[in-house]
Amino acid sequence: MTSAQIEIQAIAVVVAVACAIPGTFLVLRKMAMISDAISHSILPGIVLGFFIVQDLSSPVLVFLAAITGVLTVVIVEIINKTGLVKEDTAIGLVFPALFSLGVILIARNAGDVHLDTDVVLLGELAFAPFDRLIVRGIDFGPKSLMVMGGILVSCLTLLVTFFKELKLSTFDAELATSLGFSPAIIHYSLMSATSVTTVGAFNAVGAILVVALMIVPAAAAYMLTSDLRKMIILAAAFGIFSAISGYWLAHMLDASISGAMATMLGFLFVLIYTFAPGKGLFAIMEKHRQQQREFAMLTFLLHIKNHSNNSSNVEERQIRHLTGHFNWERKQARVILSLAMKNSMISVENQLVTLTEKGLRFITEALDYIVNNQKSELESVKGRFLLFR
Amino acid sequence: MGVQDYFELLRHDYTLRTISLGTAMMGIVCGMLGSFAVLRKQSLLGDAISHAALPGIVIAFMLTGLKDPLVLFTGAVVSGFAGSLFISGITSRTHLKSDTALGIVLSVFFGFGMLLLTLIQKKPNANQAGLDSFLFGQAATLMVKDVYLMGIVGSVTLLFMLLFWKEFKILTFDAQYTKSQGFNIKLLDSLLTSLIVVAIVLGLQTVGVVLMSAMLLSPAAAARQWTNRLEVMVVLASLFGAFAGLAGTAVSASIARISTGPVIVLVAVFIVLVSFIFAPNRGLLFRTIRQWRNRKNLRINKILVLMFETASAHPDFSHPHSVNILTNIQGFSKKRLREMESKGLITYDKNTWKLTPAGFETGNKMYKDLNTN
Repeated sequence: MTSAQIEIQAIAVVVAVACAIPGTFLVLRKMAMISDAISHSILPGIVLGFFIVQDLSSPVLVFLAAITGVLTVVIVEIINKTGLVKEDTAIGLVFPALFSLGVILIARNAGDVHLDTDVVLLGELAFAPFDRLIVRGIDFGPKSLMVMGGILVSCLTLLVTFFKELKLSTFDAELATSLGFSPAIIHYSLMSATSVTTVGAFNAVGAILVVALMIVPAAAAYMLTSDLRKMIILAAAFGIFSAISGYWLAHMLDASISGAMATMLGFLFVLIYTFAPGKGLFAIMEKHRQQQREFAMLTFLLHIKNHSNNSSNVEERQIRHLTGHFNWERKQARVILSLAMKNSMISVENQLVTLTEKGLRFITEALDYIVNNQKSELESVKGRFLLFR
Repeated sequence: MGVQDYFELLRHDYTLRTISLGTAMMGIVCGMLGSFAVLRKQSLLGDAISHAALPGIVIAFMLTGLKDPLVLFTGAVVSGFAGSLFISGITSRTHLKSDTALGIVLSVFFGFGMLLLTLIQKKPNANQAGLDSFLFGQAATLMVKDVYLMGIVGSVTLLFMLLFWKEFKILTFDAQYTKSQGFNIKLLDSLLTSLIVVAIVLGLQTVGVVLMSAMLLSPAAAARQWTNRLEVMVVLASLFGAFAGLAGTAVSASIARISTGPVIVLVAVFIVLVSFIFAPNRGLLFRTIRQWRNRKNLRINKILVLMFETASAHPDFSHPHSVNILTNIQGFSKKRLREMESKGLITYDKNTWKLTPAGFETGNKMYKDLNTN
């Protein structure tokens, strides 16, 4: 690896981790699309900043653009408060308007400004190592690495210092307010952190990848854990993975680095979306099937119970009756019968099904439960009785 | 350039006429379907789908090697629709919320599209021609065959909307009821979503990926302020959309170095702003006036109730009382008394007032209302 390659990966990793921190909170607070809005509406701020300092990675520019980002949030909230349109419509109106202003500002001053809208939107990581911070002849490394490093450190500091407050206000805003934490201060701090991170990152990876790096790792982590601490760490790890694998994918294909990083993130998300234990696609399908199976068994046991008392109706308890009366497929009948037998709910003698004592207790308790708690699930009763599921 | 010059130019300049026709057509289609997007709280879907269309455009080009508008259009619609399927898949099957789903689809699809695009260009950065026209839109590249495509697709969309008008209407306002009436809401929903996808893709070439959401939302959000009826809203939104398209094209044609897409969007957002402020009933201006008037009436009523209490303590309600006993009420002023006199509620001279029979009646009614509630 050349030093430029290492530097590019370092920048990508720093950006990914810095984005994962506010991103996690945005996802949890259902404000993911705010990051998209901010990433676009900072354009006029960037253009104005560029007029003043002529340097895309200057702190002045970062500050000015971040203000535009926070301003977006404020405007959206003002429109929202009038009640004339829904919040998502307000977001969808404000950021294109600000972005348009930025595009027009650039177009009108094309002669004086060496700034391309593509660069803002798409970024170009490959060029980042060429823009170096050199003070008195000493090379301190790429400027964007320095800027992003600073942003990452401040994000981490804020996170560690205010972890408890952030956690509380994210999960129980009312309790946080009643304990004296101002929701407005926490909200605007988070918005400012998001804006600053977005502005710092756009230069390296572009506005659209910023959205990917904020939302996708956090969403993937949320599929795997409900613990905030673990979620942030996982999100950062996913970000790092996408940064490095994305770089090498782009290197292999000779294509855009930020595009490759977003693609890797998408790949990762689809993987987790499909296979995540408990919350993934397969897990949910399996859970669904399990519930169907257990419900069928419950109906079956109930049927046996109803026909246990009078000996005249032995016909109803015949095994072959399962396919006839319940209209079950042979395979399904076998599955349910074996499930009931494995859990020793029934005993079978001469093709005749009899409820065991445990089975009788289970069905009685389950019925009681259903009658008394109509809305909640049977899980607690099932948990006590079913060894095999 | 004056308005007259513009029309003169429009008559002679073939390119300008084509572009104007295209942007107006796009505005109409976007306004029509944007109304449904706004009412169904799918406003940001437009943003996600417009980004999600990019890989489809590139793949269509990779497969066919053609830059034919119909080919690119088909690719964009397919991938935009795939994006919308992903969004509904994520929101319905996991605990992730719709905003997260939108963010994921938007950024990942777009990133993938960029990867493919740089792949076919074999260049490290994507500044090359082709991408630009879809990122920011280039109305200037609109050609007659693009406008034909817009016209055909727009008419088909309109036809579908008229055919399924009743279904779309109840689906938008009460999906559960629609289901209970035996309509296949999944089918209707995907049909409406596909139409929205088509509208978005239609606008991509003109205003670009980023600004597309505003093009879809603004005409509808503006129209919503003027009416509570869906059919009026759809017609108004189409008109607003067409106006934004035409005006944006005209402005950018008359000012040098300015691209059409952003101007169209700014015009559309300006229409929203005007509607927010000046629309009757919902608009901010009239709402403020109404609030102010209500507050004034409330004060007058408060004074009247107190007057009634004072007057009914006396055997003759028209007995004059001193003005001084009213001065402690919040909002009391001589001006209010004169207003009450002009409404025929009291007679008032200098330091005393007395209730008229009408004033006594009104005060009595208000007093009773106050005490029953």
